[in-house]
Amino acid sequence: MKKPSVAQLEEIARQLRIDILKMVHHAKCGHTGGPLSCIDLLTALYFYQMNIDPKNPLSPDRDRFVLSAGHTAPALYAILMRLGYIPKEEIFTLRKLGSVLQGHPKMHPEMGIEMSTGSLGQGMSISNGMALAARVDQKNYRVYSLESDGGSQEGMMWEGAMAAAFYKLDNRCALLDYNNVQIDGFVSDVMDVAPLDKKFESFGWNVIVIDGHKMAEIVCALDEAQKVKGKPTVIIGKTILGKGVSLFENKPKYHGVAPTDDELEVALKELNG
Amino acid sequence: MPRPYGMNMTQEIATRDAYGNKLAQLGEKYSHIVVLDADLSGSTKTNIFAKKFPQRFFNMGVAEQGMMGTAAGLAACGKTVFVSTFAIFATGRAWEPIRQSIAYPNLNVKICASHAGLTVGEDGASHQAIEDVAVMRVIPQMKVFVPSDAVETEKILEAIVEDAGPCYVRLGRAKTPVLFDPSYSFKIGRGHVLKEGKDLCFFTHGFLTSHVLQAAEILAQKNISCTVASMASVKPIDADLIVAMAKKHRTLVSVEEHSIIGGLGSAVAEVLTDKCPHSLIRLGVNDEFGQSGSYQEVVRHYKLDAEGIANSVLGKKA
Repeated sequence: MKKPSVAQLEEIARQLRIDILKMVHHAKCGHTGGPLSCIDLLTALYFYQMNIDPKNPLSPDRDRFVLSAGHTAPALYAILMRLGYIPKEEIFTLRKLGSVLQGHPKMHPEMGIEMSTGSLGQGMSISNGMALAARVDQKNYRVYSLESDGGSQEGMMWEGAMAAAFYKLDNRCALLDYNNVQIDGFVSDVMDVAPLDKKFESFGWNVIVIDGHKMAEIVCALDEAQKVKGKPTVIIGKTILGKGVSLFENKPKYHGVAPTDDELEVALKELNG
Repeated sequence: MPRPYGMNMTQEIATRDAYGNKLAQLGEKYSHIVVLDADLSGSTKTNIFAKKFPQRFFNMGVAEQGMMGTAAGLAACGKTVFVSTFAIFATGRAWEPIRQSIAYPNLNVKICASHAGLTVGEDGASHQAIEDVAVMRVIPQMKVFVPSDAVETEKILEAIVEDAGPCYVRLGRAKTPVLFDPSYSFKIGRGHVLKEGKDLCFFTHGFLTSHVLQAAEILAQKNISCTVASMASVKPIDADLIVAMAKKHRTLVSVEEHSIIGGLGSAVAEVLTDKCPHSLIRLGVNDEFGQSGSYQEVVRHYKLDAEGIANSVLGKKA
């Protein structure tokens, strides 16, 4: 299958941003900033890179994705709806009783949700387990995860980082959404995690630092990661919280609140260009 | 069929040894078994499996949370994962990863932790897990088993490898008498009457079962006829058996190498409250920490040896 162009990916990301905003606005609660900051990374991952087939969601050879930053679930749900894993009409059931779109992901592989997440720092080790399973079964699938800067404050994150390098998991690629915002403020003010690139390097990872909103850089990094042998790769995407909607951009306040009616109107106007 | 009490109390095997050997044996039949340990494979006896199946064993270092997460990932890809370390670290340090990443997605991870309870002995309170059954039992979808001897350990392993979903198996360091006959059939959710009496019924499991059997003998000399029910399956628990025993006996006593809060005694009390109100004497560790000493000394200190159990029963009944 032909891979989409950078321009096509950018257009998909624009539409996904609109879906995310509508979804979170309707839910009246949840996270707005994170999904908008990671959506470019995830768009490239899902629409350009991953070997997956929505018609055969349980294929044992499929690439796996773990949303370690579980609070950015609306971004994953928007992607899975667009790909056909989750029916589109579910969009307005986010965070509603009985919905598959739980506030944080609940494992549902048939619908493309590979793991339950939401408690930060755990996805790194979970992804390692999936990557080790590929080794045990002598399969070639790759395991991707979306990590976060706030999540990097968790000790368990580094247990996973150590193990991935020790076991030379070159079928592991972590994307890290570095928007420098967490619930209580800027990461650099609350509990700085910098320099993340040097930390991962010293743990034995191949590190690629990019602008997490430049689609061309993201796809290049994903291609490069696939070629690296003998060590896992982390792609650190420098991002902006709330990217794409100037009202929300880089404002910690928008980490964990839904847009109001007025804010949604302004945001959609901006995204529709 | 239970081995008639007293028939073969001379053979002593620690449940951790039975675990290690049986796991390596199951590894032959079940190629999807993967085993993880956190730098304690020599103590938990997973090293037997590791030696036999090096491609399916991963030492995760002293990193219990990461080990649980890794187990979840392996299980999500179709593996049946046995995870071992000391009970205190498995259930304490790694509780939240177990809840979030193993139990919530209902993954096939079997947490088989050794060195549980007071009988770790000399290592002291920091290593004596006396809360593990409580904190595992409370997690939805998590099953909990506490074998009394080597035979029951093997039977539990045979059962859980065929059972979907997560579970916790509590294993001990100290050698303990073999109580069950090899023909014994363990069923998840079923208790087992080891000895029948008519006045008092003990509910117990784990290392203390042989002590309880001896306590029953001491009490027999005082004309108290005791039933001893082995409750290896703590969750799901055999409510029918508990109700039947409550109807038949004047006195009910739970005995466990665990805090009296949240463990077997609490599980029995929950059933009694729901289905058949009856008082229950709960023996165990009385909301305090353990301490160093030989395991025999420690068990005696906390009045959980045969004499201590018998005296407590007589004292509380009086």
